Amino acid sequence: MKVLVPVKRVVDYNVKVRVKSDQTGVDIANVKMSMNPFDEIAVEEATRLREAGKATEVVAVSCGVAQAQETLRTALAIGADRGILVQTDVELQPLAVAKLLKALADKEQPQLIILGKQAIDDDANQTGQMLAALLGWPQATFASRVELGEGTATVTREVDGGLETIKIKLPAIVTTDLRLNEPRYVTLPNIMKAKKKPLETVAPADLGVDPAPRLKTLKVTDPPARKAGIKVADVAALVDKLKNEAKVV
Amino acid sequence: MTILVIAEHDNVHLKGATLNTVAAAAGIQKYVGGDVHVLVAGGNAKAVADAAAQIAGVAKVLLADAPQLADGLAENLQAQVLAIASSYSHILFPATASGKNVAPRVAAKLDVAQISDIIAVESADTFVRPIYAGNAIATVQSGDAVKVITVRTTGFDAVAATGGSAALEALAAVADSGLSSFVGREVAKSDRPELAGAKIVVSGGRGMGSAENFKILEPLADKLGAAMGASRAAVDAGYAPNDWQVGQTGKIVAPQLYVAVGISGAIQHLAGMKDSKVIVAINKDPEAPIFGVADYGLVGDLFQVVPELAGAL
Repeated sequence: MKVLVPVKRVVDYNVKVRVKSDQTGVDIANVKMSMNPFDEIAVEEATRLREAGKATEVVAVSCGVAQAQETLRTALAIGADRGILVQTDVELQPLAVAKLLKALADKEQPQLIILGKQAIDDDANQTGQMLAALLGWPQATFASRVELGEGTATVTREVDGGLETIKIKLPAIVTTDLRLNEPRYVTLPNIMKAKKKPLETVAPADLGVDPAPRLKTLKVTDPPARKAGIKVADVAALVDKLKNEAKVV
Repeated sequence: MTILVIAEHDNVHLKGATLNTVAAAAGIQKYVGGDVHVLVAGGNAKAVADAAAQIAGVAKVLLADAPQLADGLAENLQAQVLAIASSYSHILFPATASGKNVAPRVAAKLDVAQISDIIAVESADTFVRPIYAGNAIATVQSGDAVKVITVRTTGFDAVAATGGSAALEALAAVADSGLSSFVGREVAKSDRPELAGAKIVVSGGRGMGSAENFKILEPLADKLGAAMGASRAAVDAGYAPNDWQVGQTGKIVAPQLYVAVGISGAIQHLAGMKDSKVIVAINKDPEAPIFGVADYGLVGDLFQVVPELAGAL
């Protein structure tokens, strides 16, 4: 069984982004970029499936600029077998990415596609579900546990107020939540090995997809600043403030 | 132009998130006119539809009632929404676990972009949404014929749950897709209010030290009638369940009072709670970033301060 794992290159988790003064976006020049953390969990899950003998091949895919190759190399270092870069400088939105991935899925015929539930840059939380709809496949989003059966997957999902378990027919889409697994640390030997793994580059036109954005960003601004308050000396002072100043208790 | 809101419910109760989503719909209605309809797709969900018909400002409630719609399976809900989508200019889901699960499928099938997690309406086609965990705010315009939107509930004040008298119309339920089935649910039982809609939230962070220690927050939460929350660090460490997680990757809350205990204030956590009306931080590190957003900060040992605070309230 082949598993496809799309990965996205995003501003690193620990970077506090700055809004550009001309309000056209956030400044990502000279900022550390990394693999979207939820996608790392997806690559780890796929790799574990292969290590457990349940998957035969793990193919990592990234859509975006040439530097997304680095993100694919990280996926290969975690354990993916080969990489595909859909290279474009066009600003990619979730619908376009879902269409590119659908075209690749039609070609690669995976039984399972595992994606991060959302990317931490645009926070859209759309691509997996859109891809499932375009393929006409079932989905199990926000997964915290995946068990493969005969032509099925039983997935526990993180939903509001608890957990829910559903059974889906393969081929299917799974999107990862935080507690699905803890991705391994990438070791130097594996980074070296990853450099030798095959990485193919294609263009959106090769896949017959127009990736033009549908949403126009009119402006990007700083969020309203919250002013720091005061420090109180003790519990009595805190209770007094909450009762008499803020009037919230 | 007619606006459709997808109701959030558990087949018995209409969830509060629906009211915030109707509020967003009313915001769009100001620009486009027309009516607001609510779709209740569920199983034995007549009571929910009756409740939805009471919502102020709703003209019509559509009820699709069938066993295959009872468990929120995305494939079936997608088909149910698509069956009526052509009548609407805007289709709004609450940005809850279930809304986020289904909305993108609908958007993709309609070949339109989805606008996620809106916090304000600027016009019929222009919306405001946080990106980068709320560290930047984007204003985006959609050129698509139909706008599929998820609504961040904390961005819109709920409309009144009563006062309306919408017409109720039964819809034919779509067939089961056969692609997925519901196995079971483990809902955390609690007498406390639901985290997402609570007026007061008491949250613990890594500073709590253990799952055992988290219990010292309970008397305080009980005293305040508060929901309990946690930072991602506390969830990652196994101190608290994931559905307590407040932050970029968890729940976004905006209660009247947010009490952050032993939480340092990582960007990712602040993203989930900084719209709270009043923030209290209790932390032993006077330099903790949480104090930068707190209205009232108390530097001290939480193991002393929290019981004392519970006692003093």
